[in-house]
Amino acid sequence: MPIERSERLFINLSIVMLVLFFIAVLTSAFIGGLQVPAPAGTIDPAAVNQTPPFDNPGLRELVPGKRYEVVMIAQTWAFIPGEIRVPAGSEVTFRITSRDVIHGFEITGKNANVMLIPGQISLVKVKFDEPGEHYIICHEYCGVGHQTMFAKIIVEPAPQAAK
Amino acid sequence: MHQRAFARDDTYIKWQLALGFAALFLGILMGLFQGLDRMGIDLYKYVGLKSYYQGLTIHGVLNVLVFTTAFNGAFLPYVTMRALKRPMALKGGTAIAFWLMLVGVLLATWKILDNSSTVLFTFYPPLQGHPLFYLGLVLVVVSSWVTFLNILLTTRAWKQDHPGEALPLQAFISLVTYIMWFIASMGVATEVLVLILPWSLGIVEKTDPQLARTLFWLTGHPIVYFWLLPAYVSWYTMLPKQVGGKILSDPLVRLVFILFLLLSTPVGFHHQYTDPGVPPGWKAMHALLTFSVFFPSMITAYSVVASLEIGGRKAGGKGLFGWIWKLPWGDPAVTAQLLAGLGFFLGGVSGLINASYNINMVIHNTAFVPGHFHLTVGTAVTLTAMGIMYWLLPALTGKKLWGRGLALANVWLWFIGVMIFSRGQMAGGLEGMPRRTWMATATYLPLMETWDIPNKMTAIGGTLMFLGGMAFFAVMVGTLLFSRERVKVEMPAAEAIIGPEKGSPLFTKRLDVWTVVAVVLILIAYVPYLVNYLGDAAFVATGQRVW
Repeated sequence: MPIERSERLFINLSIVMLVLFFIAVLTSAFIGGLQVPAPAGTIDPAAVNQTPPFDNPGLRELVPGKRYEVVMIAQTWAFIPGEIRVPAGSEVTFRITSRDVIHGFEITGKNANVMLIPGQISLVKVKFDEPGEHYIICHEYCGVGHQTMFAKIIVEPAPQAAK
Repeated sequence: MHQRAFARDDTYIKWQLALGFAALFLGILMGLFQGLDRMGIDLYKYVGLKSYYQGLTIHGVLNVLVFTTAFNGAFLPYVTMRALKRPMALKGGTAIAFWLMLVGVLLATWKILDNSSTVLFTFYPPLQGHPLFYLGLVLVVVSSWVTFLNILLTTRAWKQDHPGEALPLQAFISLVTYIMWFIASMGVATEVLVLILPWSLGIVEKTDPQLARTLFWLTGHPIVYFWLLPAYVSWYTMLPKQVGGKILSDPLVRLVFILFLLLSTPVGFHHQYTDPGVPPGWKAMHALLTFSVFFPSMITAYSVVASLEIGGRKAGGKGLFGWIWKLPWGDPAVTAQLLAGLGFFLGGVSGLINASYNINMVIHNTAFVPGHFHLTVGTAVTLTAMGIMYWLLPALTGKKLWGRGLALANVWLWFIGVMIFSRGQMAGGLEGMPRRTWMATATYLPLMETWDIPNKMTAIGGTLMFLGGMAFFAVMVGTLLFSRERVKVEMPAAEAIIGPEKGSPLFTKRLDVWTVVAVVLILIAYVPYLVNYLGDAAFVATGQRVW
């Protein structure tokens, strides 16, 4: 097909640009570890209260001051637990599921972002380096009270002893 | 001479346009409500709407499901008839398409207005609307299938009369648009007919929300190209004529549309990067294909701007950028499209951010996303449709356009408005502000301060867009009621510097081959995933009415 020279140049440059972008993104994900959420199992939303670990939602300490796990339930219109305290420098794994409709999960100021879909379990790991407050916000429309659905994460200064 | 033969179809094309723009009117009105909500002004209670979300369902359904589908169902048959110089082949086809659309829209709107289906335009289960809401949407899609069949039969009939010839460009790309849409619509058709309707009727008790989302987005991304491609038809083949330029290459335009046929659909997982039920490998594969579908839009950016440059230089424009000022900026039909294209540049760039796999986690489901798509469907598509109406209404009615100054005000208000609106939404999104959230009653107070300026920009920009939209409707109604001068307006059709005979017949004639390739690509992109998923499907969710 006859294509003008300058347009051919433009087309080639476009391809180079897109290939470079794509390589950059995949490198950061598959080698750098900035990965998108992966399947973490299924669950019956009607039986969330009886299914471990969701029968006992809350914060668990795995390695004191370093690693924590939060088992969380999303429902209209609250996260359970609604407030979490962890020390600065800790890595927190959130294991979350929805009891009713689709909800969303994002942490302000962090790259944590995952959908909460009834029947599916979502898994997100987040590192909190600095003391401060973060909000977990439901970012998917889940009914007329959607705008009131959030939880708080309070990152406390690390105790001197742990350092 | 063809006008009389076209009259039968034109009647229903006019009604289809009227229906589409009536939907847009209500949709835009809800947009104003949403904008003012960001300033804490609640207009919903004055018109009997129960919540922001009920208004938002009207906004989404009427703007992007009804307006776009109705506009395409009118505009592309109009283009096909003029390009082929023959009426539509299917007797009563345009009439059936209109009546299906009308009944569908009335059913869906009724069930939104009685607050039984406040499920937004994405209607994700387990949110459960009224069965008639879904049935209404089914009729809207079936109407688009009738239009597809009609265009297909019309081009077939033309080919029988012109053996061995390549289909004229405007008819070719109209047909490709509808082939793409017909294939792509199978996802949402399966979702609604197999999963949702039986479930909302109570025949089936439980459904699988993850599976429903996957089927929804199988159609949910290509639908944006179904919205966009009619604008491309105008930018590629009409705008050059309107500015005194030419199409660079006829075969290249065909190639671009074929690339959209191939790549529009197997990309749906880029809307589901954060879904727990889809493995990262599949998401990465769809990311690659999404980057590929960006490529034909890059070609378009070059080709359309080059066509404009030819026109601007012919009008006496000198220097690197001097030709830009020589374009007919006083013609609202042209200015609408120039600004639509400019908005689309920013929409495209932000779209590439959304598509970028892990970068998506920064903005997924935040206000950044509406910031993006009000530049694409909200401006590139809508402003182009308005620009098209500035010649199409005179062409259909024989009345000279009334209120040219008002039409220019429409275009500029909309453009300036969306620039402020989208900038605000994107800034808010980067600060974690969620999309489609009733901000006036939100309870995360410290965050509301962070989002104060984004919210105000959303309100101001949205209000300017609304005023621009009202100026458009004033011009339409004014032309119908007050215009006394008769004019004869023809559909613009630009000449191509490189004609179809220079292209390989594979690209100019063999749509059958490309259709098969498109289907195979979709099967590769979805079937292994779906087979694997269905082995462990989660049909566990009962319907919820939580509004």
